[in-house]
Amino acid sequence: MTENPRKLTRKDFASDQEVRWCPGCGDYAILAAIQRTLPKLGATTENTVFVSGIGCSSRFPYYMNTYGFHTIHGRAPTFATGLKITRPELDVWVITGDGDGLSIGGNHLLHVLRRNVNLQIILFNNQIYGLTKGQYSPTSDVGQVSPSTPLGSIDQPVVPVRVALGANAKFVARGYDVSKKLPELLEQAHAFPGAALVEVLQNCPVFNDGVFDLITDRKKGPQHQLWVEHGKPMITADGKKGLRLDPKTMQLELVELGEGGVSEDELFVHDETNRSIAWMLSDLPEVKALGVLYREPDAPVYDDGVRAQVEMAQEKAGGSDLAALLRSGHTWEV
Amino acid sequence: MSTATKDVKREELESVVIRFAGDSGDGMQLTGSQFTSATAMMGNDLATFPDFPAEIRAPAGTTYGVSGFQIHFADHDILTPGDAPDVLVAMNPAALKVNLPTLKKGGLLIVNTDAFTKNNLKKAGYESNPLEDDSLAPYRLLALEITRMTRAAVTEFNLGAKAADRSKNMWTLGLMFWLFGRDRQPTVDWLKKKFAKKPEIAEANIAALNAGHIYGETAELPSTVGVYQVPSADLPPGTYRNIDGNQATAWGLVAGAQLAGLPLFYGSYPITPASSLLHNLAKLKHLGVVTFQAEDEIAAVCAAIGASFGGSVGVTGTSGPGVALKGEAIGLAIATELPLVICDVQRGGPSTGLPTKTEQSDLFQAVYGRNGDAPLVVLAAATPGDCFYMAIEAVRLATKYMTPVMLLTDGYIANGAEPWPIPDVSKLEPFPVKFHEGPSEGFQPFLRRDDGTHARVWVKPGTPGLEHRIGGLEKAADSGNISYDPDNHHAMTKLRAEKVRGVADDVPAASLDQGEAGGELLVVGWGSTYGSIKQAVERVRKGGRKVAHLHLRNIWPLPNGLKELLEGFDQVMVPEMNDGQLARLLRGELLVDAVPFSKIAGQPFRISELVTEIERRLGDAAPRESSPEVRA
Ligand code: SF4
Repeated sequence: MTENPRKLTRKDFASDQEVRWCPGCGDYAILAAIQRTLPKLGATTENTVFVSGIGCSSRFPYYMNTYGFHTIHGRAPTFATGLKITRPELDVWVITGDGDGLSIGGNHLLHVLRRNVNLQIILFNNQIYGLTKGQYSPTSDVGQVSPSTPLGSIDQPVVPVRVALGANAKFVARGYDVSKKLPELLEQAHAFPGAALVEVLQNCPVFNDGVFDLITDRKKGPQHQLWVEHGKPMITADGKKGLRLDPKTMQLELVELGEGGVSEDELFVHDETNRSIAWMLSDLPEVKALGVLYREPDAPVYDDGVRAQVEMAQEKAGGSDLAALLRSGHTWEV
Repeated sequence: MSTATKDVKREELESVVIRFAGDSGDGMQLTGSQFTSATAMMGNDLATFPDFPAEIRAPAGTTYGVSGFQIHFADHDILTPGDAPDVLVAMNPAALKVNLPTLKKGGLLIVNTDAFTKNNLKKAGYESNPLEDDSLAPYRLLALEITRMTRAAVTEFNLGAKAADRSKNMWTLGLMFWLFGRDRQPTVDWLKKKFAKKPEIAEANIAALNAGHIYGETAELPSTVGVYQVPSADLPPGTYRNIDGNQATAWGLVAGAQLAGLPLFYGSYPITPASSLLHNLAKLKHLGVVTFQAEDEIAAVCAAIGASFGGSVGVTGTSGPGVALKGEAIGLAIATELPLVICDVQRGGPSTGLPTKTEQSDLFQAVYGRNGDAPLVVLAAATPGDCFYMAIEAVRLATKYMTPVMLLTDGYIANGAEPWPIPDVSKLEPFPVKFHEGPSEGFQPFLRRDDGTHARVWVKPGTPGLEHRIGGLEKAADSGNISYDPDNHHAMTKLRAEKVRGVADDVPAASLDQGEAGGELLVVGWGSTYGSIKQAVERVRKGGRKVAHLHLRNIWPLPNGLKELLEGFDQVMVPEMNDGQLARLLRGELLVDAVPFSKIAGQPFRISELVTEIERRLGDAAPRESSPEVRA
């Protein structure tokens, strides 16, 4: 990152384009969180690039006063990969959605994560196709009624963070659109060297309003939120419940804290470097685990590896050039 | 021990076509390529045609498991791997069955009798053993117990029968080296290097090679089997090497990127017959090349576009099915006006088609195969060596015009090799790219350069003050912002078309490769048919007919002056390895009566096929304007 000569603010990262999401869309909050986070990271507008696919969320780059590439449906991770491995000094963010990243682009998400390309991948999950007017998505619950499923969806949904864990992702986190903790999660994702996946639960008031209310509601939400922190016991945001490991079933169970319940030291302590714990946390009944579910420090970074091989080959070749290549092997004079 | 050939009286031949054929496990491609290297060293001009089955290990002994390698070499400039072989080496009955129909009557036929077992004969579909009936009478048959003699040659190495038998291709090669007076030493060196870690295998192969050679020297070969010599060809002086089309394309891309002053990024997904492009480029990391084996065809092209967005020369390579998958992304590169090179090494289609066979049937896909009005530049290489120069041209046009360029080659030139005069890279004309760096006032990403190209400016992310967003949505001509305005879309569509059309003013105008304007018949070709057409036209012209040859390297836009040239001929014939795609393009674009001549057999044209067709079309009519020197 180049020296930041002038302290940038949130405004410096906003483009002159009118934001065209529906009023009340969760995307506004995510946009604000990212615009607020970037100055804190010491980011510059010229060295930051947002790459997106297609969908409501993928309009995102147009609203950022940075470099941006609004690509084609599902493929953002691939464009970002080509860009990042040729321009490693750039700070590249991928913006995708549940349809873009898990349906049409599922393959690319799998591979960008397993390769561990140094990117921040923000997956806006609203459990619906917004831009095409409300069809069910791969994360929609069974029974979702939509124009394409008038009798309810019979598809089993995918759990985005599970896809990521299954793909051997090295950084997996989850937050939600209007959460105050979202900027902090983004900061951690940014600090991680490698592919950092952040699933952001996002409300689509037009086609899937309130789908996450149980978690995001200001009053009732905290009892269903479980923000995990490395080395800390797992306690819901309202402080009333926690997770305990049942050694017989190897499952996490939700237990009452305090009087008549269990004490805090009986609760399970989060270890973000443990993939099995992340897996257990990924799809709990009643509560939603939020925060950094998994982080694998010191994993090899793909773009570093690409550069290292080129440098190694150059060193070994000692300035051998194209002319030498053309004359390599068997040649003869006529 | 000296490996040089003893002095014997050799019959001089102008040119020879040899076809090595055997089971895919018989090592025929290796045999062929070693014979090729030895032949190049003798100063012969040559062309090769590897022809292998689609299956990696097809069932042994079957006709569909037959692998062939044809080489044509001569004392003069040649352009094709030849039509009918003069010599056929058949390592088993299936190889004989598949290849005998092409062998010239009176040609030399070498067979391994040990492979003519009941079982193998049955698998090849022979009812009786052709070695025992008189079906091979029209040929000069040399029936040898190659397996037995190979085993005898390698006994001291205790390899076991299976491993020993693997050396029989080297035995055969040794014999062929003797017959054609080639030097064994380079093959000996090559074997030592290839099996450096298994010296006993290297030694066994060398022993087999020598045994085959000694057999030729000492055995009393039938008098019908001559020993031959082909004097060296009269090639222009220079330093030469053998090169195949994919290697030439890979090196041309590297050269192009260097001439542009940019790093090269190559994203690809393995596909026959384009994979060796990836292999070749992956070896060139020391030249700064970044290669990326993507998860699929789409990811490969998208990563290349991402690299172009970042200021590299983004290239992807594939074959027809891969181009189909890349279509949407190529459209994005057209809409965002980013440079991109797509190498399409064509093969038989549709669908999976004939992966290992050659065809030119992606022309329509290249020119038209995308949604919307989506023009790009289409180039076609004519020979293996030409791939080098066309790849450079692809990079030049892509970066100068900010457009995708599709370079069409095909399996025939991708795998075929020819002696290639090595160019002096310091003499290649550079075309350095200048990135736009400001001013930020009045900047918008679709600002056009004022150099007449209509190309937009290329800004590298990281440039302060020029932050911008691009994408596949239509953008306003004046601001670069998203625009759904109907008139703007009309204007932008026309602008993109005009930009690509303008390339015609930047490339050579149409000209004849052979013959004079305004004759009886013009043969218009493109791509890998160059050699066959050139020689066919030469032959017909020797008969006094006013026939000419024009070979298109610029498929889209078509070169300037083409219509006028075509209209000057009584007939225009378009031989293509497809069902008439260029002919239809010419008819549609130029309103000329171009008539296709199609061969869609997964095989290149034979010169004789073209000669017959040209003569048929000319009919008995006297030459329209016979030239005096021909009359005489
Ligand atoms: S459709 Fe839904 S997701 Fe899309 S912009 Fe409107 S509210 Fe947001």
